[in-house]
Amino acid sequence: MPDQLIFAMEVTLNGLMAGVLYALVALGFVLIYKASGIFNYAQGVMALFAALTLVGIMEGQVPFSHLINAIFGTDVHHFSWSVPALGAILLTMAVMVFLAWAVNKIIFRHLVNQEPIILFMATIGLAYFMEGFGDMMWGSDIKKLDVGLPQGLNMVIDETTYGMFGYGFFIDNLDLIATVIAILLVSVLVIFSQYTKQGRAMRAVADDHQAALSVGVSLNFIWVMVWSLAGFVALVAGIMWGTKSGVQFSLSLIALKALPVLMLGGFTSIPGAIVGGLIIGVGEKLFEFLMGPIVGGATENWFAYVLALIFLVFRPQGLFGEKIIERV
Amino acid sequence: MTQTMQDEGYVTADGRKIGGVMMEMKNITLRFGGVKAITDISFDIRQGEIRAIIGPNGAGKSSMLNVISGFYVPQEGEVFFHGKKRPPMKPFEVARQGIARTFQNIALFEGMTVLDNVMTGRLNYMHTNIVQQAIWGGKAEKEENENREVVEKIIDFLEIQSIRKTPVARLPYGLKKRVELARALAAEPKLLLLDEPMAGMNVEEKEDMSRFILDVNDEFGTTIALIEHDMGVVMDLSDRVVVMDYGKKIGDGTPDEVRNNQAVIDAYLGVSHD
Repeated sequence: MPDQLIFAMEVTLNGLMAGVLYALVALGFVLIYKASGIFNYAQGVMALFAALTLVGIMEGQVPFSHLINAIFGTDVHHFSWSVPALGAILLTMAVMVFLAWAVNKIIFRHLVNQEPIILFMATIGLAYFMEGFGDMMWGSDIKKLDVGLPQGLNMVIDETTYGMFGYGFFIDNLDLIATVIAILLVSVLVIFSQYTKQGRAMRAVADDHQAALSVGVSLNFIWVMVWSLAGFVALVAGIMWGTKSGVQFSLSLIALKALPVLMLGGFTSIPGAIVGGLIIGVGEKLFEFLMGPIVGGATENWFAYVLALIFLVFRPQGLFGEKIIERV
Repeated sequence: MTQTMQDEGYVTADGRKIGGVMMEMKNITLRFGGVKAITDISFDIRQGEIRAIIGPNGAGKSSMLNVISGFYVPQEGEVFFHGKKRPPMKPFEVARQGIARTFQNIALFEGMTVLDNVMTGRLNYMHTNIVQQAIWGGKAEKEENENREVVEKIIDFLEIQSIRKTPVARLPYGLKKRVELARALAAEPKLLLLDEPMAGMNVEEKEDMSRFILDVNDEFGTTIALIEHDMGVVMDLSDRVVVMDYGKKIGDGTPDEVRNNQAVIDAYLGVSHD
């Protein structure tokens, strides 16, 4: 087999893995959009905030330590304990649920029946608030996140492919884990929304608020639930991205990677988020591999958007989108 | 109306036995800013009755229905349900008490199929927990089947079997109205509120809908309160009628009584104010 083709295969595989990570972020957007028609710009920051909180809890960091030290003239930074990964993840989830409740109580309850653009602007505000709040709470240093996920070269794949092609593929263990987790997450979310009472109620709320009320669905409960779910997805994405590239403020920018994924997959489809993520992931890696040397590289920054634009022209509702919907 | 009648009900012209008072509205006043939508209105709805609220456009009929279903909270007045005073409630809490409704401008879940729409009416009859439902374990399967049976019965009853799997968005107006009725019925309500169930329908569709309303009342014994423009339809359907005009009650009684009420005739036919 020609080298070029083998390299392309490896690039494709890596693209699939990267796509899974994009899809993880896109999922959070889809959840909230489906249930409340809000395009949640803050989804990326939620992932960052979740990762920051996780690291903070694990390391026993004192929240708001800068603030406390500045006001009281103390010098506290860390508690004397550290929390094991699983416990910290559960605690972080509790924080995300509280955040969901607070966001709903303080912001979105008061914006019922407002234009989508107003809601969108509210999420922009929320994004910047949370970025600053996360900074104040946990500090702005780049942190390392290690919840015990295996990282580095997967030897099995390396050796198998070496045996087959005389060339070992480099696949990161973390990416493999991310793939498994993404598959699990999507299965759980699909089962949840299709087969459970709460899922049915969620779809009802997404469709028509008044009608949902008339069959006895509490809008507030559903919204808190959906924002909690989005918080959970953000936590998963935060763990994956944080483990991969460290917990830092650029993490919130992964939201921008999710945007073309959503345009491709459709804003309202959970499987669409996954397929969209995979197409973008593979597309940008392959394009960089094939065309990068010709156009001078760095195509990964813009390729996803160009692909999404082309999709917008020919299929504005995305691959799996339900119908033409108002867009932001 | 005498005290004995309050407690024991009455027998209609066609021989149906009407029970005691189920819902009582006392001196309801509803304002939007400075505009009074409803002024000091009192009336009751009895067990097993078909009660109509009629009146010209803008009379405050829909507002009244919204007060009963909890979508509006009146500034003054009290609502009694089964003899108990009802505190201010959210619409979903009212629904959970057994009051189902339809909307003037049809509020269905457009993205779902007819079957799914009607199934949402059963949401409050699902008691197994989320894990059981997700893995289809424990009592979840039995519960889902029981709910499905109720729903299928209602679908048969309203003769919408052939469109069970059709997404609602694709249905014509008349059928949508029927699906909305089906969803309300699926909740097996004690009191069913219909906001202009025949608005925008042709004669044939109106006849169908009238028949369904009578059958629902007859077969399930459901108490029904409905709003309607079409005087002819209302007079045929209902046992007692409340007439509203400019937010005030101008008549209350059997269709015959109301028909001969001078204030009602004036409101509908217009009267010269000289």
